[in-house]
Amino acid sequence: MTTTAPTARPTGFVHDTAAVFVRESKPLIRDPFSVVFSLVQPLVFLGLFGPLLIGAAGGDVAGTLQWFVPGILVMVALFGTASTGANLLFEMQTGSHERTLVAPLSRSALLVGRALKEVVPLVIQGTIVVLVAVPFGFSVNAAGLVAGLLVLAVFGIGFGALSYTLALACRNRDWMFWMVHQTLLFPLMILSGMLLPLDDGPGWMKAAAAVNPLSYLVGAERALLAGDFGAPAVVGGAIAAIVTCAVGVVVGVRAMRRAR
Amino acid sequence: MTNQMITAQGLTKTFRSKGQTVEAVRSLDLAVGEGELVAFLGPNGAGKSTTLRMLTTLLPATSGGATVAGCDIRTDAAGVRRRIGYVGQGSSGGHTQRVRDELHAQGAFYGLGRRETRARAAELIESLELGQVANRTVQQLSGGQKRRLDIALGLIHRPGLLFLDEPSTGLDPHSRANLWQHIVELRRETGTTIFLTTHYLDEADQLAERVMVMDHGSVIADDTAGALKSSLAGDRVTLAFDTAADAAAAAARIGAEPDPADPRVVAVTAPGGDRALPRYIRDLSDAGIEVVAATHRQPTLDDVFLALTGRSLREEAAHAEPAELATV
Repeated sequence: MTTTAPTARPTGFVHDTAAVFVRESKPLIRDPFSVVFSLVQPLVFLGLFGPLLIGAAGGDVAGTLQWFVPGILVMVALFGTASTGANLLFEMQTGSHERTLVAPLSRSALLVGRALKEVVPLVIQGTIVVLVAVPFGFSVNAAGLVAGLLVLAVFGIGFGALSYTLALACRNRDWMFWMVHQTLLFPLMILSGMLLPLDDGPGWMKAAAAVNPLSYLVGAERALLAGDFGAPAVVGGAIAAIVTCAVGVVVGVRAMRRAR
Repeated sequence: MTNQMITAQGLTKTFRSKGQTVEAVRSLDLAVGEGELVAFLGPNGAGKSTTLRMLTTLLPATSGGATVAGCDIRTDAAGVRRRIGYVGQGSSGGHTQRVRDELHAQGAFYGLGRRETRARAAELIESLELGQVANRTVQQLSGGQKRRLDIALGLIHRPGLLFLDEPSTGLDPHSRANLWQHIVELRRETGTTIFLTTHYLDEADQLAERVMVMDHGSVIADDTAGALKSSLAGDRVTLAFDTAADAAAAAARIGAEPDPADPRVVAVTAPGGDRALPRYIRDLSDAGIEVVAATHRQPTLDDVFLALTGRSLREEAAHAEPAELATV
């Protein structure tokens, strides 16, 4: 005898978000090395670009690292979350995204749970970068690091959500996803002043940096990691992170609600 | 009167493509009762998957409506989703996910408790023979194992209605047979209503109790495979004789047509041809005409499709996916 009564039970947004978050985090828990693997690029910048900066600064190792390492932390947040949409793109192609759309899950939770997952690798990676830099003379304020990672996490949720939005918009056209990704990534990075200061750059670059949330983030990280909690840059960075997060989640949830 | 699991009225889906309106599904009416095993048969592009996607709330209907497992697809999509299992054409498991983890995630997606999820996952791993690969990632599985995981994922919440979209496409014959054994067992044990699409003729023929033939967005026939074949195609009985004269006499006697290729052979389409054949031989023998050879061929669903549309489903499948013909 069959019955149409479901064993599936109605759930809410928080439950659904947690369920999606746990699923997304599982591959990370099963294969923690993958977190380290995506650190290669930021570590290359730290190891190969750092010495050049130190040389240009006349050999001031500690001072240069104090300026450079916070920028690398922002780079970790940027690189890690910008490409996360590719996972969703792949799941849209294989059919496992479709499976989650047929499940009685809130559409918003499908996006928010995924975006929240970005926080985990980001915090681990940021901590590793700092730990690698400390033996070379980088000094970090512990409370500042916690606050700095928190700001990055908020930004990462938003930027990850934007990456998922891009994936949803590029359905069946993954070349377009990578084209937009590649086109935006490096200008965003260079125009944030994370690699080289923009003080001597032309006016239009400064103007572009002024509307780039990443430049505020870089400023905030530099202040926070040095323990300067009162700096105006901290407020600017926090606002940039919150705005990115809000815009990303709103746009992403709208895109996911329209997903087929 | 059994309870209805699916009822649809005027279900229609139109797409805009290159400035033209394409009617993928045209005013479809259908009713599937509780416990039925229904195969939706038709060539690629007939509208089978589009219909399935509307019934499973993945795609909004352009017009018309349906009630699935007691819930309206328009006003209670969440209710439909809680009550149905759906196995799409793709692979449901995330490539970097482990088999057991995916089943646990699926349980949480359907609001099952932690303990209940674990027990149910263990049960499905056991019954779908996934024990050996439970800790492997999906990308490490074979095609047949992936498909069994898809079925397990679709069944985590014990749905009373299971939709399968081309469940065996792309599988080797051994994996297909194995998959079907699981589906038949599931049905025997739980009485789950199963609604599936396929373009494999033999599959629809052997496994489904009811076949809906779909073409150009409409259902053009709906009955048991046996009834479709006897009413639309009929059995073919062929008789051979020593001489053309015998053949002509026999043709006149039993109303057969002469074979254009061989004047000593006649053929007749007859319902229940297996029973008619000995009778023909006896009658002709009584009249002094000796039959030297006789064959009886049961019609296939392809004959049904041919009778309905004037086209062969087998040829269409060959045109669309030549690689798959090998397993038909």
